[in-house]
Amino acid sequence: MVDLTTRYLGLKLRTPLVPSASPLSQELDSIRRLEDAGASAIVLYSLFEEQLRQESLELDHYLSAGTESFAESLTYFPQPSEFRLGPEGYLNHIRKAKEAVGIPVIASLNGATPGGWTQYARQIQQAGADALECNIYSIPTDMDVPAAEIEQGYIEILKAVKSSVSIPVAVKLSPFFSNMANMAKRLDEAGASGLVLFNRFYQPDIDLDELEIKPNVLLSTAQALRLPLTWIGILYGRVKVNLAATSGVHGPEEAIKLLMVGADVTMLCSTLLRNGISHLRSIEQGLVAWMEEHEYESVEQMKGSMSQIRCSDPAAFERAQYMRAVKSMQHVLFPSRQS
Amino acid sequence: MKRKFKTMDANEAVANVAYRLNEVIAIYPITPSSPMGEWADQWASEGVPNVWGSVPHVVEMQSEGGAAGAVHGALQTGALATTFTASQGLLLMIPNMNKIAGELTPATFHVSARTVATHALSIFGDHSDVMSCRMTGWAMICSNSVQEAMDLALISHAASLESRIPFLHFFDGFRTSHEVNKIEMLDEDDMRALINMDRVFEHRRRALSPEHPVLRGTAQNPDVFFQMRETANPYYDACPEKVQEVMDKFAKGVGRSYHLFDYVGAPDAERVIMMMGSGAEAAEETIEHLNGRGEKLGLVKVRLYRPFSVKSFLEALPASVRQIAVLDRTKEAGAVGEPLHVDVVNALHEGVKRGFGKLKALPAVVGGRYGLSSKEFTPAMVKAVYDNLKLQQPKDHFTIGIQDDVSHTSLTYDAEFSTEPDSVVRAMFYGLGADGTVGANKNSIKIIGENTDNYAQGYFVYDSKKSGAATVSHLRFGPQPIRSSYLVSKANFVACHQWIFLERYDMLSALVPGGTFLLNSPFGPDEVWDHLPRPVQEQIIAKKAKFFVIDAYQVARDSGMGSRMNTILQVCFFAISKVLPREEAIAAIRESIRDTYGRKGEEIVQKNMKAVDETLSHLFQVEVPAKLSSTIEMPPAFSPTAPAFERDVLGVIYAGRGDELPVSAFPADGTFPTGTAKWEKRNIALEIPAWDTKTCIQCGKCAMVCPHAVIRIKVYDSQHLAGAPATFKATDARDKEWAGLQYTIQVAPEDCTGCGICVDICPAKNKSETRLKAINMTPQPPLRVPERENWEFFLKIPEFDRRKIKAGNIRQQQIQEPLFEFSGACSGCGETPYLKLLSQLFGDRAVIANATGCSSIYGGNLPTTPWTKNAAGRGPAWSNSLFEDNAEFGLGFRLSIDKQAEFARELVRRLSGSIGDQLATALLTAPQKDEADIFEQRQRVDLLKEKLQGLDSLEARQLLSVADMLVKKSVWIVGGDGWAYDIGYGGLDHVLASGRNVNLLVLDTEVYSNTGGQASKATPRAAVAKFAAGGKPSAKKDLGLMAMSYGHVYVASVAMGAKDEHTLKAFLEAEAYDGPSLIIAYSHCIAHGIDMTKAMTNQKVAVESGQWLLYRYNPERAALGENPLLLDSRTPTRKVQDYLLMETRFKMLTKSKPEDAKRLWAEAQHDAEARFRLYEYLAQRKVEKEPAKAAK
Repeated sequence: MVDLTTRYLGLKLRTPLVPSASPLSQELDSIRRLEDAGASAIVLYSLFEEQLRQESLELDHYLSAGTESFAESLTYFPQPSEFRLGPEGYLNHIRKAKEAVGIPVIASLNGATPGGWTQYARQIQQAGADALECNIYSIPTDMDVPAAEIEQGYIEILKAVKSSVSIPVAVKLSPFFSNMANMAKRLDEAGASGLVLFNRFYQPDIDLDELEIKPNVLLSTAQALRLPLTWIGILYGRVKVNLAATSGVHGPEEAIKLLMVGADVTMLCSTLLRNGISHLRSIEQGLVAWMEEHEYESVEQMKGSMSQIRCSDPAAFERAQYMRAVKSMQHVLFPSRQS
Repeated sequence: MKRKFKTMDANEAVANVAYRLNEVIAIYPITPSSPMGEWADQWASEGVPNVWGSVPHVVEMQSEGGAAGAVHGALQTGALATTFTASQGLLLMIPNMNKIAGELTPATFHVSARTVATHALSIFGDHSDVMSCRMTGWAMICSNSVQEAMDLALISHAASLESRIPFLHFFDGFRTSHEVNKIEMLDEDDMRALINMDRVFEHRRRALSPEHPVLRGTAQNPDVFFQMRETANPYYDACPEKVQEVMDKFAKGVGRSYHLFDYVGAPDAERVIMMMGSGAEAAEETIEHLNGRGEKLGLVKVRLYRPFSVKSFLEALPASVRQIAVLDRTKEAGAVGEPLHVDVVNALHEGVKRGFGKLKALPAVVGGRYGLSSKEFTPAMVKAVYDNLKLQQPKDHFTIGIQDDVSHTSLTYDAEFSTEPDSVVRAMFYGLGADGTVGANKNSIKIIGENTDNYAQGYFVYDSKKSGAATVSHLRFGPQPIRSSYLVSKANFVACHQWIFLERYDMLSALVPGGTFLLNSPFGPDEVWDHLPRPVQEQIIAKKAKFFVIDAYQVARDSGMGSRMNTILQVCFFAISKVLPREEAIAAIRESIRDTYGRKGEEIVQKNMKAVDETLSHLFQVEVPAKLSSTIEMPPAFSPTAPAFERDVLGVIYAGRGDELPVSAFPADGTFPTGTAKWEKRNIALEIPAWDTKTCIQCGKCAMVCPHAVIRIKVYDSQHLAGAPATFKATDARDKEWAGLQYTIQVAPEDCTGCGICVDICPAKNKSETRLKAINMTPQPPLRVPERENWEFFLKIPEFDRRKIKAGNIRQQQIQEPLFEFSGACSGCGETPYLKLLSQLFGDRAVIANATGCSSIYGGNLPTTPWTKNAAGRGPAWSNSLFEDNAEFGLGFRLSIDKQAEFARELVRRLSGSIGDQLATALLTAPQKDEADIFEQRQRVDLLKEKLQGLDSLEARQLLSVADMLVKKSVWIVGGDGWAYDIGYGGLDHVLASGRNVNLLVLDTEVYSNTGGQASKATPRAAVAKFAAGGKPSAKKDLGLMAMSYGHVYVASVAMGAKDEHTLKAFLEAEAYDGPSLIIAYSHCIAHGIDMTKAMTNQKVAVESGQWLLYRYNPERAALGENPLLLDSRTPTRKVQDYLLMETRFKMLTKSKPEDAKRLWAEAQHDAEARFRLYEYLAQRKVEKEPAKAAK
């Protein structure tokens, strides 16, 4: 029997298969079903800092729009003595999830700017989350803000959150840094317990009929694993933090590849949305079957075995490899140049 | 124990008592009493208990009649029950009130007394409603101030239990119900102390119960009814004494003393006024002032009007009284005198005869009317009433406060006379509705009232428009309780929060010399002077005013406050007025920000705090130059080219000087011309749409959705372009049938409200820059003058011949001239596009019965009306009867028109020899199916009239008087869901059943929009509304399905934003159907808490999710063997949740009661699915061919 256990954010997990933040964790019933299907931990859907702020502004705007204008209709809504505009709903969800399942529950907090994070992080810890994933989600469009300032913002957010909680904190971030390795190192030094690689940023689409930009979330495909595979492979052994791979894990093969480059856990989302929660069970079975077939004893044994520092061809992770790849494709791209 | 002081209005004060002393509260919205019901509903939804620790049941009924019935039932079965109402609502309660009193049942109704509609509706205050209840047998007790309203509410409940007589407790609508004042709060111990529990138990023992059954509500015959009616006399005889006992007990416990008749003034007064209501406060203030200057005047304040205690009244009068003026705030046309006047004359006669009191001889008594519909009643008027009593022959049956140059009833008064003491700070603030001015002032009153020993009073005057409306706040602060129950006319501080008002209102006329003027100005202290209109400069110089400016627009933008400048201008007021030390004031403002906005989130608190921080550095005192520099004059209210009545009467009202108009200025019967909104030119839009001729596809949608009819389209021959202004736009018409003609979309720049719906709906995008469409919002000021010229030129281009327009095609139909334009509805209103469509299609032959509600207010609230006429002088004839009777009122139109048309046809037959057989036959057989038919029939009628002029017989004159009825008339019965689903449903149902050819248009906003968003039976499940503060627990009533069950009713459910062609088709079919038609039109509303600019998208999503269905049920199809129901909605393609998330009315429940929201949202989804399945089944079911039924 192979040993699938792994450690992530100080938590001992039965397997490296963890459902990532997604709508699947919005209902307690599906959280239970994820546990039943073998999830070793669960990352809850994200609490969006801006959403809370936006909702509060919206409520204020619409409850006062058109008021005090006309003598018969001085207001248009009852004015409840209190609103639950804070993260109470999310915190309750954490509590209920903790009661409902035995696996660790990792909360997810999504935001872009320093601000309300720390307060929410503390409340999340008090609600019983085993760990916290900070999803720093910003698309800087201001041309006057230099990269260094943005990067420092990430560090500040992490430090602020760390200073207010004692549970482990992972950072989920995008790959779009000039030097991803440096960023990873700095987050490591700033106290992150894990890096979740990578966030899939919203990328708009165009509706040709309406000539409108459409917000359109695409589910990932198996090809998406290349990016986390690259960077986890490069980072493994060079940083202390745990590495979680997300994007592109659709079957056991992708999970195995990511573990081999050094992921502590592999996170799943699109494949479960597409194939159903029970698909988790078949990925685990596939993982076990492969390991047995190839006589691996444990995930630990496999972890990092194909990382840049441990693989036979470290240059394959770098530019040299790119040149080789281009060369190998040349006959397809430019058939006329073939001699 | 020191009691708590709070600032609140009388509605809140009374609700505080009534809620705590009752178990069942039946409510129904009506201005100005609605807030009492709203408070009760909110407290119940939050679980606030009454004084006995139990949460009252608060239930909304379908009408005030229903509320009274429910209360009657609750009382009969032993509960303590109450209701709140006013005006027509109170009239609807009268039948039950007679019963409740006849059965000697203790109860108290609280009434914010309001004008009963006569020649016009008025939402404002007088005693015509309560005076209509004199014969019900209810005790009537009147409060004159906010404090008294709270006190006497409690006294009424206690006294009713003691006496077994039901009590009508009333106070003046708006002047007291909406005046914010600092009052000493009664607590629950005070209430418990006054209520005699033995009397409560006796009430319970009398209850109907099968455990000890009795029979009540018998029918009686001539033999015994009379005697039994007299059995109640001892209860009425004992009642006044019991009331006084309760008042004495109250005085002992609480410290404020009341009497059945409270006399104030000189103990040796010869001249005395007798009155009740808020005016008594002004009168008391006046006699204090005048007696302090040596006069000997008195005032009797009537507390208990019924049962009228002759003895107590006489005892209240000093022996010295020689003349009494009795003031009634009501008019009883044709009576000997107004009610209180007549009562006083009788009481004196009887009382002196019986030796009551100290009078030795009968004083002279005169009566007068004052204050109808909240007309101001000021110390100057009070003085005039006393002065009248000094005359040898005092004027009797006088009026005060108006200039009656018709019957010459009015007393003259010196408007300059004032009793305002110097110790009272008086401030006036001019704001724009929803800019936060009123809210800020309410907060300021709270801050001063609750943080200092000062007393504070606030009263707020609103415009009669729902968009771009001005508000004027009148605030007073001072060391003594403030009795000034009239507007501030001499202010120490005047603030103008909107620059545009400088040209519209003469704000500085109220400023005292040396006073302060604060202006929100986009111009800084160094440049503002030259931008002021000349009259403003003149007054600033003449009054040596201190002049301050702040660019609050800028501060608001910088601090994220958008257009709300409340906090900023509040800080300015405190900083300049020094009512409180500056630091103390700012600390108090900060605290109140936290109190007010804390529940809406830290974000809101912080942006307000930021605004506070930013304000003072932007506030500047202006060095006032000694010389005038401006050439800007105040423009006239209406164009000088307007007809005389419009210019000299309506224009004066529009300018805010309606009080100056004499009686002779007005028609005697409440009749006004239509086509008057066009004179207002309100210029309220910051941006207006501009047309891009190249991108436009000429679909007509922008004009169709425009709620204010400011986007117009004309198609015309190019010759009409001669002399066009340089910027006038025209292009070739694209429709093949209009080949060779020109096409123009023109915007009325000064009438547009800037809602932007037109831009949102425009389907054409600029191919190079997709953010632009064929119509784009553009800043108004630079366009104002050129577009004004273009608009005037456009109006002169002739209308397209209606006979050649394909009315079923939107592109063509939208060039029909709208006969409903520039209404004062909310910017982006969802109702008005339907009315405009109705006016385009059928307006020149429509008669409209309009239920009370938003549509009657923007349709008929003075000074102007949006209903208008075409060049031939034809247009909709419009009237509003009541709220509850509108369907019946409209049916009356139909019956009358049909009868007159029938008589006309009979006369045509009889006179065919004289008028010619050919014309007679043509008149009688005209099909009148389309515009061409109607055009021809009109020509025939013109010819007929010509011929009749030459005939001198009674029958010819008769036919002349009804000849117009030979042209088909289109009867429309219009109203909102409150009317159609609730209060008017019985009538609506009957009218549908009648089979007559009427068209009922329900503008379904799913709430009582006009009274501020109370739930109706049209409110969908899960929506939060007033009276459904916890989310509406039940599904929306399916009015359409109920109407379809008759089989002979045409029914359509439409949503213009979802499918405009469907709406158009439904209107055409409904009108063409020769029987009753019902159109239920989804009308988005500001009360939904939505982005009004994009509201048509909400309609679309409502339909796509199945929340709203599109269908048409046409009985004519059944006659052809087809299924009469066409389900025009497709199978829902999205979840109801997608729609609910777009609207605050649904979304806010997720923030106030998330668990309930989850359940109700799931049920709403189920409702939509079940409804769709049902309609799908009905539309697919096989139908046997049936003969067309004669519905009539």
